[in-house]
Amino acid sequence: MSDVNPMDTRRFWLRAALASLGAVALSGCDMVTRSKTAKAVLSSAEGLTRSAQRLLLKPGQLAPEFSEADISPDFKANGSTNPQDAAYLAHLANGFADWRLRIDGLVEHPMSLSLADLKARQARTQITRHDCVEGWSCIGKWTGAPLAPLMREAKLKPEAKYVVFHCMDTMGGGDPYYESIALDDVFHPQSLLAYAMSDQPLSVAHGAPVRLRVERHLGYKQAKYLERIEAVASLEGLGGGKGGYWPDRGYEWYAGI
Amino acid sequence: MSDLVDEPISHVSADIPERIYRHSLLTRITHVFNALALAILLLSGLNIFMAEPALYLGQAAHFANPTFSIGAFHGPGGHLMGVTQLGPFSVDTTGVLGVSANDHGVPIPRAFPTWLTLPSTRDLATARHWHFFFAWVLVLNGATYLLGNLRARHIQKDLWPSLKDLRAIPQSIIDHALLRHAVGAEAIPYNVLQKLAYLAVILVLVPGMVITGLAMSPGMDAAFPPLTFVLGGRQTARLLHFVFAWSLVGFFAIHMIEMVLAGPINEITSIITGWYRVPKPHAPAKGDAA
Repeated sequence: MSDVNPMDTRRFWLRAALASLGAVALSGCDMVTRSKTAKAVLSSAEGLTRSAQRLLLKPGQLAPEFSEADISPDFKANGSTNPQDAAYLAHLANGFADWRLRIDGLVEHPMSLSLADLKARQARTQITRHDCVEGWSCIGKWTGAPLAPLMREAKLKPEAKYVVFHCMDTMGGGDPYYESIALDDVFHPQSLLAYAMSDQPLSVAHGAPVRLRVERHLGYKQAKYLERIEAVASLEGLGGGKGGYWPDRGYEWYAGI
Repeated sequence: MSDLVDEPISHVSADIPERIYRHSLLTRITHVFNALALAILLLSGLNIFMAEPALYLGQAAHFANPTFSIGAFHGPGGHLMGVTQLGPFSVDTTGVLGVSANDHGVPIPRAFPTWLTLPSTRDLATARHWHFFFAWVLVLNGATYLLGNLRARHIQKDLWPSLKDLRAIPQSIIDHALLRHAVGAEAIPYNVLQKLAYLAVILVLVPGMVITGLAMSPGMDAAFPPLTFVLGGRQTARLLHFVFAWSLVGFFAIHMIEMVLAGPINEITSIITGWYRVPKPHAPAKGDAA
């Protein structure tokens, strides 16, 4: 009973402390966000996530596939949907007749494939869910040439660790789009160079003539408007050095989450 | 402790300790990390939500008719209007949801106000870094709490309600409604609503957050394909993630109100030091209240 008065004082201080703590916490978090060290600490979770998921994922394990009935009637196109790059517009104007997909870099046998060459190869069709980093999903039916046999034919040199996908579209700021994947995804059975969506040639919005499908990753990994596949030992020399247009802008390179 | 309560009050009051050691060191440490992780996960999660401020049912989005959305539209006068929609119902929420002021005081389209998101500006990439780092903190901390307290039988002994507890639910609801708090021996164990609320958080809401969160990961879905199917689809998982998050906010609000009503100094002291001062009966004539 005798500590009623001190309690009131303590309550006041408690309330003041909580209120200022709240304000400091919020602006503090923004400050922390701007610090390089804090960024590195927060980003360290990406490596943990990747290792944990790769531990759980057996190499050939497939992303869920769906039925025709599940296909989204309103599959959203994101990122570049109508590239205005001169070279791309020229290819588009003549129906991609002169377009070639080059496979080079750290490979024994560099290749140059026309759209007809790709279509002549054994095809795979898969109905999968496209998960955008923004949070939405759409289900689509993709047909294309599996990546694994092509890369086996080109034969990676032992020092190759990643495969980079160079695109024909430049995004805001004039930087070309690109993405990269590690070898486990290169040789995954669902990794496709897709040239058809719902049995129709890819539309411009969805990446004509050929886009990547790498189904255990988010949407930004599914590079569109491909022109070159390059095997590399390190991602450091490319673009901003983080292995992709969006990873260069702070997004995770490992897009399995 | 149940034999304490069953004893005649006159005998017990002599035995009621002035203080009891209520929270083990493990509980106290994991409580702090849990509170920190959940706060950051909420604020960064709301920033992530702003990238697609709508929720859908099923595997895929149905953009034309979301189940829930927080949108921005141009009103009749050309002014930006924030509209929150749930099924067929829409409410003008300008100023808070849908449209609110940016750092310069200018109203802009954003699902949640700056003071509810981390970072305060719309920044999906940074919000995801905060979110996934503290998701790991939540999971590792939660697993430590759960395994440690199952082993110490804290959850079985102090949180799991007895049949007698369950029969006391109606009385406990009345006591809470009348803001009546237990004193003396009755204040030593948790009351039944408290036990159920803690168990709901520990066994349903937090694990539910983790499972629905993992279900949104394309990597996890390839590792465990049933994950999204069991939950009703990836978009349903996202909707449940949102509902569980706000359920936790609801729990937090009640937790804070009860903490203040039950005596904030004593409650905060006990979660810091472990020692809880047992409230004394108001008058000696409380004899046969039990």
